[in-house]
Amino acid sequence: MRLFSVTVLSCIAAFSLLAAFSLLALHSFAAEGELDALRANVPLLEEPTPEPLYRVEDRSLRPVREYPMQPPTIPHRIDNYQVDLNANRCMACHARTRVGETQAIMVSVTHYQDREGNYLGDLSPRRYFCTQCHVPQTDAPSRVGNTFVDMSDLIRGSRQRSE
Amino acid sequence: MTLTRRDFIKSSAVATATTAAGMTTTAQAQNIVTDAQHTQLKWAKAPCRFCGVGCGVNVAVRDNRVVATHGDMQSPVNRGINCIKGYFLSKIMYGEDRLTQPLLRKRNGEYHKEGEFTPVSWDEAFDVMAEKYKAALRDKGPSAIGMFGSGQWTIWEGYTANKLMKAGFRSNNLDPNARHCMASAVFGFMRTFGIDEPMGCYEDIEAADAFVLWGANMAEMHPILWTRITDRRLSNPHVRVSVLSTFEHRSFELADQPIIFTPQADLAILNYVARYIIENDRVNWDFVNDHVRFMEGNVDIGYGLRPEHRLELAAANARDSAGARDIDFERYREFLQQYDAETVTRLSGVPKQQLDRLAELYADPDIKVMSFWTMGFNQHTRGVWANNMIYNIHLLTGKIATPGNSPFSLTGQPSACGTAREVGTFSHRLPADMVVTNDYHRRFAEEIWKVPEGTIQAQPGAHAVLQNRMLKDGEINVYWVQCNNNVQAAANLVEETYPGYRNPDNFIVVSDAYPTVTAELADLILPAAMWVEKEGAYGNAERRTQFWQQMVTAPGEAHSDLWQMMEFSKRFDIEEVWPEELLDANPEYRGKTLYEVLFRNGQVDAFGLDELNPEFDNDESRYFGFYVQKGLFEEYARFTRGKAHDLAPFEVYHRERGLRWPVVDGQETPWRYNAQYDPYVEEGRDIHFYGQVDGRAIVYAVPYEPPAEAPNEEYPLWLVTGRVLEHWHSGSMTRRVPELHRAFPQAVVYMHPQDAQQLGVRRGSEVRITSPRGVMHSRVETRGRNRMPRGVVYVPWFDASQLINKVTLDATDPISKQTDFKKCACRIEAV
Repeated sequence: MRLFSVTVLSCIAAFSLLAAFSLLALHSFAAEGELDALRANVPLLEEPTPEPLYRVEDRSLRPVREYPMQPPTIPHRIDNYQVDLNANRCMACHARTRVGETQAIMVSVTHYQDREGNYLGDLSPRRYFCTQCHVPQTDAPSRVGNTFVDMSDLIRGSRQRSE
Repeated sequence: MTLTRRDFIKSSAVATATTAAGMTTTAQAQNIVTDAQHTQLKWAKAPCRFCGVGCGVNVAVRDNRVVATHGDMQSPVNRGINCIKGYFLSKIMYGEDRLTQPLLRKRNGEYHKEGEFTPVSWDEAFDVMAEKYKAALRDKGPSAIGMFGSGQWTIWEGYTANKLMKAGFRSNNLDPNARHCMASAVFGFMRTFGIDEPMGCYEDIEAADAFVLWGANMAEMHPILWTRITDRRLSNPHVRVSVLSTFEHRSFELADQPIIFTPQADLAILNYVARYIIENDRVNWDFVNDHVRFMEGNVDIGYGLRPEHRLELAAANARDSAGARDIDFERYREFLQQYDAETVTRLSGVPKQQLDRLAELYADPDIKVMSFWTMGFNQHTRGVWANNMIYNIHLLTGKIATPGNSPFSLTGQPSACGTAREVGTFSHRLPADMVVTNDYHRRFAEEIWKVPEGTIQAQPGAHAVLQNRMLKDGEINVYWVQCNNNVQAAANLVEETYPGYRNPDNFIVVSDAYPTVTAELADLILPAAMWVEKEGAYGNAERRTQFWQQMVTAPGEAHSDLWQMMEFSKRFDIEEVWPEELLDANPEYRGKTLYEVLFRNGQVDAFGLDELNPEFDNDESRYFGFYVQKGLFEEYARFTRGKAHDLAPFEVYHRERGLRWPVVDGQETPWRYNAQYDPYVEEGRDIHFYGQVDGRAIVYAVPYEPPAEAPNEEYPLWLVTGRVLEHWHSGSMTRRVPELHRAFPQAVVYMHPQDAQQLGVRRGSEVRITSPRGVMHSRVETRGRNRMPRGVVYVPWFDASQLINKVTLDATDPISKQTDFKKCACRIEAV
């Protein structure tokens, strides 16, 4: 990834001598693997040492959502939580009637709606399996960055421009 | 205790936030923007970019960037819900290593197979590429050109590829990655019904009393349909769910009947159920007498390996794998006798009581039953048979084509149906279920495409697996891969894929939005626009065609696959691609470019820019000067109308949340073959399988046969590969979304704790997975979402740093040519 960025940057000025030199510099690297951030640039037929099993973050700190309708990630471990035909361990804390005691966040009101948008007296069965939308986060480092921009940053920019 | 801790976290978080921003809490509270001028987002609809369920998504755009996505409440598929991948669609286009310029391997300023990737202009890229195409055509002819596409192509991209390859370059070496995904389903449908794709639809879920998952792990791979099944099961306690698999996965959480079977034994179980229905006198005779006939298929058909492989040499019918002959019911009954409980239990490991409970869901006339399958059946060396066998069961009981009674073939990709199957981007196909081997079909296509008779070749081209073998053998020399990552996806990477791509005789072009392992082995990389960076259309698993508009522009010089193919076609004079005889007989084509013949034909260019929706950009149309997508779609739709695949007019799809074909007189068709819903059913019939000439669907007598490879002393474990909920296919999009990456950061090998103990390893240990074909390193996982039986391991394939297809076997179903990614033998050792 790093090498690739260098290539791209240098070629924005593709016709300059400077760029020609920086391209030459890249010749010392094998072409294979050069572009491949997700393989940590290890050539295809070589076996990298697999990454360790990363720890699941368990600090119960609520991360900022990337946009209002993003399902929140789970800020704690859920090992051995039973969620099946017989029980839903998540709702033991996050159900409307349970949060007084647990101080966990109540599941969103959308979770009480059926397919047609009618509110039900309890959790909508279509929302029963929590991990289809909500996932714990490990402390694994990112292999590639992401340039997604939060809408609030864009709004701030638009306000500043209009002022 | 909990209260105190949470309070502490809460107050410290607020303190941190205010300090960091350098303002007081009061200032934070005042910092809310309410002015509509600043807060407004532009919303538009799109289908999800990922699986074949085809959920509706609302996409918010601001300043030419996607800033949010959520489930579309108006979409009948998902009614406001997405899975974890769908919820993070907003971030898939923003991996920081997006490809933005063509990259050519160069040495000393020129193309060189061993050169470094060097940014070049589109002009230079296409110059080099065209030179390679022309050389291949000159030296060897059209068979030296190949293209590998995708069930993630938009409908018009697949259609353009089909036309460009089969009519333009006159090569049928075009196949989609959907070959890996549902080719067995296609052949299953064609053999049983004579027409492709499910008769039922997702509304079957709300009408069914029982669900049977044959190998499918819908909880992870089709999560939104799983929410509908969960809703049905939990809201209606009489409903039963049976889950069959070779290991225990998340779908077992909802299972009333959990069934673990030995790999490959699903074939025996299917025949047991058919036998149970017959021997317990539960055949629906009215239905069978009116709508069904019987055939017996050829057996001992081989495993789709290279023809010199000992298993192919030993197979009696490797050359006539799809052959079959008519039989009567009595012969079918006699054939099934071998599948008695004792035999099937021995083969499958499933006790009789479990088999009977399963069979009863089908046999009981009062239970409406829906069967689901995907890769468990399709990625199977007897995948076509498995598809035929499940239809056998539904046909014997008449539980088909009525709400709630539904054998439902799921698809993996967002447009496996819409693009790969309906458009016919397979090496033997043309649009609307037509095939290149049929004289009438070729003529029909040539007329619509306005190309001379004899343009389309009558021989099927190379399918996916054969393409890789032909690259290795130097028989295909120029090869264009679009919208997929086949170096990661195809089986037997070390022995077949890698040598093919790096064969010095070959020139490999890869179009992608991100650098992948396939791009890494390419000679030319072309940067692609993705998803809502272009106007698109997908077709989902219930025949629903869905459109979206271009909402943002692609980064840098990236262009859609559609633009790339059309623009590339300008590089060819027709005299350079068609033989003299064809041109002598049709001199009016002389002097034209391939672009003019294929796209300026008075049809594709029939609609002007004035028809574009002014609310949205359309980069391709602005560039070429006409409404490209509409022209392509309307030309394509001519194949479908009146052929039981009818598509609605173009504009309709931009308004609707999708429509299920055939769309006749503005009405979609939820259930096919059923007179109440399907206008193609002949007058006076209730059910009509009109895909077959006599209107009868076919029950096939086909047996259990052993897998191509099974564990032995040297390689004592079964290796099963597949996906995980959080990642899409090879992970090139989802692994660039931080939340999805952190949720499932790397592949692991799931195994039984006692197997691990026996190997002297434990959770987290590094291990080496070895087969006769290759080696991969991973780490052991004995806990988590999958519980493996002794002797079976599961490795997901999304992780580019753990390429499990170094280990897998490239055996295919001999009929469908689809690879069996679910069964091979391996050995695991501690590192």
